[in-house]
Amino acid sequence: MKPSGSPWLRILLLFAGLGLWEAAVRLFHVPTYILPAPTRVAMAFYRGVVSMVYVDNLWITLLETVLGFALGTALAFLLGTMVALSRRFEYYLYPFIVMFQALPKVALAPLIVVWFGLGLSSKVVNAALIAFFPLMVNTILGLRSADEDRINLMRSLDASETQIFWMLRLPGALPFIMAGVEVAMIFALIGAIVAEFVGAQSGLGVLIQSLNFSADIAGVFSVLLILSVLGLILNQVILLVRRRVLFWDPSEKRSPESTAGRGRL
Amino acid sequence: MPPVSPEKVIAVRQLCKAYATRAEPVPALQDIDFAMDEGEFVAVVGPSGCGKSTLLKILAGLIPASSGGAYLRGTSIAGPRRDIGVVFQAPVLFPWRNVIDNVLLPADVQRLDRASHARLARDLLDLVGLNGFENRYPWELSGGMQQRVAIVRALIHDPAMLLMDEPFGALDALTREQMTLELQRIWLERRKTVVFITHSISEAVFLADRVLVMTPRPGRIAETVKVDLPRPRGLDLIGTASFGNYTRRIRGHFNAANLSGTEL
Repeated sequence: MKPSGSPWLRILLLFAGLGLWEAAVRLFHVPTYILPAPTRVAMAFYRGVVSMVYVDNLWITLLETVLGFALGTALAFLLGTMVALSRRFEYYLYPFIVMFQALPKVALAPLIVVWFGLGLSSKVVNAALIAFFPLMVNTILGLRSADEDRINLMRSLDASETQIFWMLRLPGALPFIMAGVEVAMIFALIGAIVAEFVGAQSGLGVLIQSLNFSADIAGVFSVLLILSVLGLILNQVILLVRRRVLFWDPSEKRSPESTAGRGRL
Repeated sequence: MPPVSPEKVIAVRQLCKAYATRAEPVPALQDIDFAMDEGEFVAVVGPSGCGKSTLLKILAGLIPASSGGAYLRGTSIAGPRRDIGVVFQAPVLFPWRNVIDNVLLPADVQRLDRASHARLARDLLDLVGLNGFENRYPWELSGGMQQRVAIVRALIHDPAMLLMDEPFGALDALTREQMTLELQRIWLERRKTVVFITHSISEAVFLADRVLVMTPRPGRIAETVKVDLPRPRGLDLIGTASFGNYTRRIRGHFNAANLSGTEL
């Protein structure tokens, strides 16, 4: 697809922004503990890389995120499928869903840390909890969105409900499910960081807090940079899977830029 | 009820259908009676709301009749059956399946041998002029091509009867004409028993051996018109006097009732 602007101008604007930031900080003598200049952030980043302080923490956060994502999406898919297929199951589960949906899930993080301790498990559980809802809702919507004509076609062929599920409902729900998975990946990262803020021994969230306490704001910025790159990479992995799974979906034929810009939390 | 003769492919006996509403049941079909021989092409024509789609759904086993019944080769159509092929108004192809896999859907559902049916599918795709398109996906095909795939899919498991519910209704006029010729060609070659639902009088006369003319609310068969025109019929037939006699006669039923919603 044709880009809607010049890529050079884009890069130029990015550097112009950084230059403006640098100039403003120097010109107005903004103290480093409030807003460090980009060059300071770069120096802090270099120091961090040399001291290997990022590697271990990054690994921990990544592990928490991926495990939480796997747990959360697996449960969301299972429960979402059960709700979508059984009106009775939905009837009894509905009050719980409504209660949890209204609740900001991050508010549960302190409780989760109390219950599951300061180690890996509380981060995984928190990440899973936050990743869970967007996918469950999308799974229900997707499985219920099966077109009436298509169901009639399957019925006219004497298909069983199981066949209708595997041959029609599930593939038809994949655009919804993949959209939910995309959000769940980023939400899992948020869940892991929040739980690290509440109480942990290692991870990028812990690193941010300790740098913050020692007023190393340039260091905090360097970790933020790492987190945003991590988020970007995780998102790209999902997009890659999505493009393979949904090769047939008309919305996949749009430029990937259009999904990258989508607002989320 | 008298026994239903098994040599009739389809027999419909005193079929009634009423839909339950909050107030009182609304009759959709009343006392529908007809039978079809092997290889016969019957068109059902009527304005919107005459219950012709309801009739097709009952024949397909998708909904039950309120009273009376429909029989396929002497056995009651009590639910979906594996010896019926249905073509809907929309092609209803699955976008995640390519052409050949869409065609093989009935074989997959009914767990028939895939290899032999794939061979059959290729022959049928040839017949409708779609050879070379086996591995294309539905979005790569035009509306007419998609509907051809749907027709092939309805034939793949060699059903005893083919049900078509306004199959060309969503196509543009030119494609529609072409598909009508195509369908005649397929039918002359394969000689399936076909029930063809349409609201186009000329389409019905052009294709059918017999036309069942239905009146609306509740749907009844007003007249059965036997079409004695030689086959294969060409498009130039449409301008002839004998063709006009048939269409005029059928249209008379709708003019009398002062109805709209029926073409030509």
